[in-house]
Amino acid sequence: MTAMEFLMLTKGPLFQAALAVFALGVLVRLVEIFALGRAHNYAAPRGSAVAGGLRTMYKRFEPNPGTFKAAPFDVVVGMVWHIGFIIALLLFIPHVELIKSTFGIAWPALPNPVVDAVTAITLLGLIAALVHRLAQPVKRFLSTPEDYLIWGVTFLVMLTGWLAYHRMINPYPLALGIHILAAEIFLVVLPFTKLSHIFTAFVARYYNGAIFGRKGVQS
Amino acid sequence: MATASPQRTDGRPAPTPQPTLGESLRRNGVSRRGFMQFCAATASLMALPPSMAPAIAAALESARRPSVIWLSFQECTGCTESLTRSFSPTVENLILDTISLDYHHTLQAAAGDAAEHAREEAMHANAGEYLVVVDGSLPGPKANPGYSTIAGISNYDMLMETVADAAAVIAVGSCAAFGGLPKADPNPSGAVSVQDLIKDKPVINVSGCPPVPMVITGVLAQYLTFGKLPELDQYNRPLAFFGQSIHDRCYRRPFYDKGLFAETFDDEGAKKGWCLYRLGCKGPMTYNACATMKWNGGVSWPVESGAPCLGCSEPDFWDAGGFYDALSVPPGRSGDMLLAAGAAGVAVGTGAGLLARSKARTAEKQHETVTAEQLEEKL
Amino acid sequence: MAPIGDIPIKIEGEPAPPAEYGNALPVLSQVRHALAQLVQGGEPTQIDLGAMPFGPGDEERLMALLGTGEVTATVDALGLTHIQETAFSGVWIVEYLNTDGQRVALHLEVDHVPQLLRSQPEDLGAALAALNTQLAGAPDAT
Repeated sequence: MTAMEFLMLTKGPLFQAALAVFALGVLVRLVEIFALGRAHNYAAPRGSAVAGGLRTMYKRFEPNPGTFKAAPFDVVVGMVWHIGFIIALLLFIPHVELIKSTFGIAWPALPNPVVDAVTAITLLGLIAALVHRLAQPVKRFLSTPEDYLIWGVTFLVMLTGWLAYHRMINPYPLALGIHILAAEIFLVVLPFTKLSHIFTAFVARYYNGAIFGRKGVQS
Repeated sequence: MATASPQRTDGRPAPTPQPTLGESLRRNGVSRRGFMQFCAATASLMALPPSMAPAIAAALESARRPSVIWLSFQECTGCTESLTRSFSPTVENLILDTISLDYHHTLQAAAGDAAEHAREEAMHANAGEYLVVVDGSLPGPKANPGYSTIAGISNYDMLMETVADAAAVIAVGSCAAFGGLPKADPNPSGAVSVQDLIKDKPVINVSGCPPVPMVITGVLAQYLTFGKLPELDQYNRPLAFFGQSIHDRCYRRPFYDKGLFAETFDDEGAKKGWCLYRLGCKGPMTYNACATMKWNGGVSWPVESGAPCLGCSEPDFWDAGGFYDALSVPPGRSGDMLLAAGAAGVAVGTGAGLLARSKARTAEKQHETVTAEQLEEKL
Repeated sequence: MAPIGDIPIKIEGEPAPPAEYGNALPVLSQVRHALAQLVQGGEPTQIDLGAMPFGPGDEERLMALLGTGEVTATVDALGLTHIQETAFSGVWIVEYLNTDGQRVALHLEVDHVPQLLRSQPEDLGAALAALNTQLAGAPDAT
């Protein structure tokens, strides 16, 4: 197979297949959660469940002071690479073009050198997170193979993208194809692993906040 | 239909060897300076550093005019149009002085049987030494040969017969090199490229739709000069011309690096000559010499004229998605796929959710109250 | 074929101001490096400007940066070659034209004298022979 055939394969049929698995998997999981519904609460509400839910969805972006004191490394590094990942995913020009062609919506993007720097920081953050996970006995004990798998697919997507941008793999169609393949593996793995927290985290936050909001308690 | 006359090569006296290029230039009163000037231009033409000029001079001194047979199959003549617009050295120079173009059915004066005779004669007289240049793809051995014939001979038969005694084959243009437009999905004529068929001879691909004129003549000049095949990339293209991507040699590259892009063909960015990536430029994945050799004798090239690179020198470029879609945009309708998969996901998810819910209800209904005494009994 | 410059083109509206693509300065520092090599080790360098990814205006900008020196020469052999010394001694612009007057190559040569201006050793023998023939065939002056 030539590099070009590989690129066409990853951009064409494999991309369509990965997208289908991703959309199907994520929606099955989300809709199932919603369809399950919540047990009926007969107590009189003391506050708005919706407002509480939405507030908590947002508030959980702020690091909890207690958690920060207990594990500053996890909070800082975790935030840094999560934000970096989202910037690289959503604000890199080729990605915006891809999203525009797939979803029909677009937004302004960041200049390439900025995304490049963010990607480099994200890669370092991911490496630091892995080193920390391996070095800390408690974290290592708690880690499952799935944790290493999702670290791997996330790191690979970032690394291959960065290598392709810097044209460090030749010829370029091969570099781009490898990156697209890594992204497809990420998409396929996502609905069936902890990576689905990308979506379910917000559902959980909402329910959590809604319970407290209904009780009129700040969460 | 033309047939070979077997007695032609036997009855003839042994041909006198053709003069070398150095001899013929001196005979025409060209000075050493003129020759060196020619060599400097040739170095440029071959994308070699100027310091190679003395080596070119030494090689050209003893080079002989190779016989070239040019076969045109499923093509649009764009490659020949391009060849005849090569500036350096002028194509007249190249054809008349440095190569002996013995058969080219578009350019030759002869027609019909006489034309086919010329081809056979060149094949017999230069057996094992002539070059075959092919432009256009051809219906493969399993396809209906009737899709493309010349003088009643199928393209496949003509190629195989002509290449049998050739020294090397040069596939000019993306059709000959990779199948080209005729091979585009759904490939009605069963088109294949030259390298799909020729396995026992060296094949040099000079891709492009059409190739840069100077690249065509440059590859011929390189073969003529050094008498051996140039260094090739994974698609059998000469590295001298196809070794670097358009993106890496693009004068607009600094704008890509700075993140300055034209977003439409007439916005401020387009007027300022910013990067054309978002307008579909395939420069990052395209390997060709346009950015330095340019077109029309160095006047301009697509990106300089504000048009994104279409990637015409890469295999299957016509099936690789929209010309004006960014390189990261996949071909096909991903949005539809996403909607269909999403709808299926919603359906399955709803089903699963309702099933779980009814299970929970049934369990609730079957729930029996147990007293402490009953429990104790069970234990 | 008519030269492309002969095609009449009328531009409506204001012509765009010349863009600065910034590809001339790197070549200039390459020239500086070559000149330093010539000064230190006497090693000449030739730079093929045709292989540079120049945008519109880059070549003009480079030429303006190089300036014009004292020597201009034209070689008439298989097409004209224009040789021009730049404002920097030892840096020469060599433009090769074919017999139709179209440019076939543009080089920068960093050398004491451009190679093409020297008498070619291969021509000297022929020149000597030609002179001998002329002297032998000349009518006796006495």
